[in-house]
Amino acid sequence: MGRKILLDKINVPGIKTYEVYRREGGYSSVEKALKSLSPDEVVEEVKTSGLRGRGGAGFPVGMKWSFIDKKSGNPRHLVCNADESEPGTFKDRYLMEYIPHLLIEGMIVSSYALGANLSYIYIRGEYMWVYKTLERAIAEAKAAGWLGKNILGTGYDLEVHVQIGGGAYICGEETALIESLEGKRGNPRLKPPFPAVKGLWQNPTVVNNVESISAVPWIINNSGADYAAIGKERSTGTKLISASGNIKKPGVYEIELGLSVYEFMNSDEYCGGMETDRPLKALVPGGSSVPILPAHLIYKTANGDDRLMTYESLSDGGFATGSMLGSGGFIVYDDRACIVRNTWNFSRFYHHESCGQCTPCREGTGWLEKVLWRIENGEGREEDIELLWSIQSKIEGNTICPLGDAASWPVAAAIRHFRDEFEYHIRFPEKVKNRNHFVTEPFEKVKHLVVKQEI
Amino acid sequence: MKVTIDGQEIEVAPGTTILQAARMIGGESVPPAMCYYSKLEKTGGKCRCCLVEVTKGSDADPRPMPKLVASCVTGCMDGMEVASKSSERVTEARKAVTEFLLINHPLDCPVCDQAGECDLQNLSFEHGKAQSRFIEDKRTFEPENIGDKIQLHMNRCILCQRCVQVAEQLTDYRVHGVLNRGDHAQISTYVAAAIDNDFSGNMIDVCPVGALTDKTFRFKSRVWFNKPFNAHRNCENPECCGKATLWMFGNEIQRVTARKDIYHEVEDFICNTCRFDKKEVTDWVIEGPRKFEKDSVINQNNYTRPMEKVIMNTEKGILEGREQDRKKISMAQIPFNNQKKQ
Amino acid sequence: MEHNQHKHYTQEINITPQLMERINELISHYPEGKQKSALLPVLHEVQDAHDNWLSIELQNKVAEILSIKPIEVYEVVTFYTMFNQRPIGKYMFEFCQTSPCCQRGVEDLMDYTCEKLGVKVGQPTPDMMFEVRGVECLGACGYAPMMQLGDFFQEHLTKEKIDQLIDDCKAGKITLHDK
Repeated sequence: MGRKILLDKINVPGIKTYEVYRREGGYSSVEKALKSLSPDEVVEEVKTSGLRGRGGAGFPVGMKWSFIDKKSGNPRHLVCNADESEPGTFKDRYLMEYIPHLLIEGMIVSSYALGANLSYIYIRGEYMWVYKTLERAIAEAKAAGWLGKNILGTGYDLEVHVQIGGGAYICGEETALIESLEGKRGNPRLKPPFPAVKGLWQNPTVVNNVESISAVPWIINNSGADYAAIGKERSTGTKLISASGNIKKPGVYEIELGLSVYEFMNSDEYCGGMETDRPLKALVPGGSSVPILPAHLIYKTANGDDRLMTYESLSDGGFATGSMLGSGGFIVYDDRACIVRNTWNFSRFYHHESCGQCTPCREGTGWLEKVLWRIENGEGREEDIELLWSIQSKIEGNTICPLGDAASWPVAAAIRHFRDEFEYHIRFPEKVKNRNHFVTEPFEKVKHLVVKQEI
Repeated sequence: MKVTIDGQEIEVAPGTTILQAARMIGGESVPPAMCYYSKLEKTGGKCRCCLVEVTKGSDADPRPMPKLVASCVTGCMDGMEVASKSSERVTEARKAVTEFLLINHPLDCPVCDQAGECDLQNLSFEHGKAQSRFIEDKRTFEPENIGDKIQLHMNRCILCQRCVQVAEQLTDYRVHGVLNRGDHAQISTYVAAAIDNDFSGNMIDVCPVGALTDKTFRFKSRVWFNKPFNAHRNCENPECCGKATLWMFGNEIQRVTARKDIYHEVEDFICNTCRFDKKEVTDWVIEGPRKFEKDSVINQNNYTRPMEKVIMNTEKGILEGREQDRKKISMAQIPFNNQKKQ
Repeated sequence: MEHNQHKHYTQEINITPQLMERINELISHYPEGKQKSALLPVLHEVQDAHDNWLSIELQNKVAEILSIKPIEVYEVVTFYTMFNQRPIGKYMFEFCQTSPCCQRGVEDLMDYTCEKLGVKVGQPTPDMMFEVRGVECLGACGYAPMMQLGDFFQEHLTKEKIDQLIDDCKAGKITLHDK
């Protein structure tokens, strides 16, 4: 059994309520931090832990905290990013729904470290009932004296509120989230200035993912060094993985970073192997925007090393033969999946979620979707594969925010690893008319049709 | 601070952006800008036309910037080195952005009042391709009437959002904005309200394309058939400078615009009275003909160049064709039942 | 995409004292002068109290309450997918149709539901009781196929579960909002 830090108490009956949570030792990190540590000592502890942002980018949390502008004297804010929307990712909702006080405890300690007196949790609009759960939990915490004025008699004041979104993936981008929190359209801002200098209402702001903030209480209760002892190399601690797709046991799992992909996929403690006897075809290891991996690159890297669940190992080989840990959205595909259709599906998602502010993303994501839709429906042309490659390469790196990159990478990886499937769609349009074409006749069986004939 | 753009050095004040520095140098290194407007705050960064490559961050931190940056919103650092025209990556990126801007653009230049003074035309001339790789249906929008002075053609819009900033910064009550999102984002009032206030007409001048045009000038003339004159009047509106360009056809003032500089930005904003209601020559003090760019379309009808009489030297009998050809297709020489004979 | 935006729908506006109290509470979450920040939560509350959609008049009312320009409300309402600009079916079945749900057969379930209700995606039933919509990832990929109904998620869907849900809706057994 792997070590559990976030989900240790998840099965305790009634852990959702304040009484049970407190009885199980909840809020002790607030007592420890506020009474015995200075804000800078809390920051140091988190730096030592090596905790990396769990929202997808993997930026060290302690480092991010140390960038916040304390000199200007403007009020500072901590904003928790609970706008979980990356396809394949549903871990934050699990934490907030079943153990909401853990996040609030983390919010208090983290706000204290940053010297913030007014903090927000921005949750996606579709999680309406979780929003209500958090509102109630905040009220309970406040009634018990963990929020408000002069917390525990230490002179530290803090208010935490939940803000609900309205349905926009782009608000998971930190500056778009801040715009949305200000009651505006979720258009990402131009950087610099970064939120650490000018964020919410032009005040210094730190935006952290739910899972990152929820890991802080354990780090304070134990120590940064203890946290850093878990995991492997620069991937310290534990990580929540949202497992979905064609596996036996989809769900949220907490793993120690460094676990092998093979074990995570096949052990009964985690995914429990494939859903049926259909073979594994592809894996998206970190949410829809990371490159898809074909079967031969899932358990082993291109060098033949074991592929591990770490930031480093999953990106081993770069974009040519690797992928990314991202937000931990682990989507497994068996051979019923059509990669062209799936890539179109992701493209439709990014097209739908593009904010429309900058040219390459606004125009390019729609173009990608249209071309992919044609190919998937048997109206593709040979030159469309090159066209797709070209469009994605012209979006990537030229946009205001990372959504453009996120829309490009899945297309690039699909063409790189599954080009023959695109060719099959183009050359045998009558065979792909039905959307379930690979359910009845998996690609393995028709692959020979697109093999180059050597004479 | 010292900045080098395409090998040309210049001293700039702190806070200067790369684009501003490039404009100080002038010439071919100046990146094209479709959304940035120096006279309006909070513009820029969106169209991505002005991307440049920073090959050296600064003297303090000489590392190059990994991604291309929008020059209009990126500040200069001391010792920074920038490649604009000289960078292949930049050229590629500008081509890419131009293609993206054009895929859904209607390309209806022959019936567009902006043609001839359109920044998108200029951009395509410089960075565009003769052929399109886009074979899908183009995006279209429902027409929306925003009053009797300004014509909105959403299909041509490139969402630079300059007009939104005009409403935000020059008027006290903005009634239009960007609605919807992604590639369906559009400039709209949502309720089909008239955009009508003293300075709304400036939306026309700041629009880089034909999305916002002057309804009082609609289909009156192609811009290159007009002769521009600088003129001024004592405007009653204290906010208005009263300095304008009159676009004349003979003695008729067909259109009034603000005066624009070499980057097609207005020098000063004018009020709607000057723009729409003062169309008599007697309303204005005419200062004289306005200079325009040598290589512009407007120059094609330049009255300072002697107009030579065009003589068409037609080859004799060109309409009849050559003698030997006429022979071949002569009906009389081909028997009626030709096929049967063979 | 909805192109019938220009059709004008009307609705009766009723900002009850309880609703106003909740709005004021939401506004109190933000510093003085930053009341615009409450726009999204306020729109949700107002929409929930008005048959799940926001007419132009209702949006103007929200602008008035928050002392902002109407265009600032329109800009936001049209940006986010959860705000409806026309009358919608009372029970809106919003199926997640992103990859992991497709992998678990959501497309077949959508077809089944549409056929059963006799509607197309995005069209309410004539009695305005039901509507089927396809939406992008709802963040429940491990419990696919799934959909949103009101404030809640319905997960691990099957044809039988959908039959049951439709019956429950007709019998008035489904709670839409968690108030």
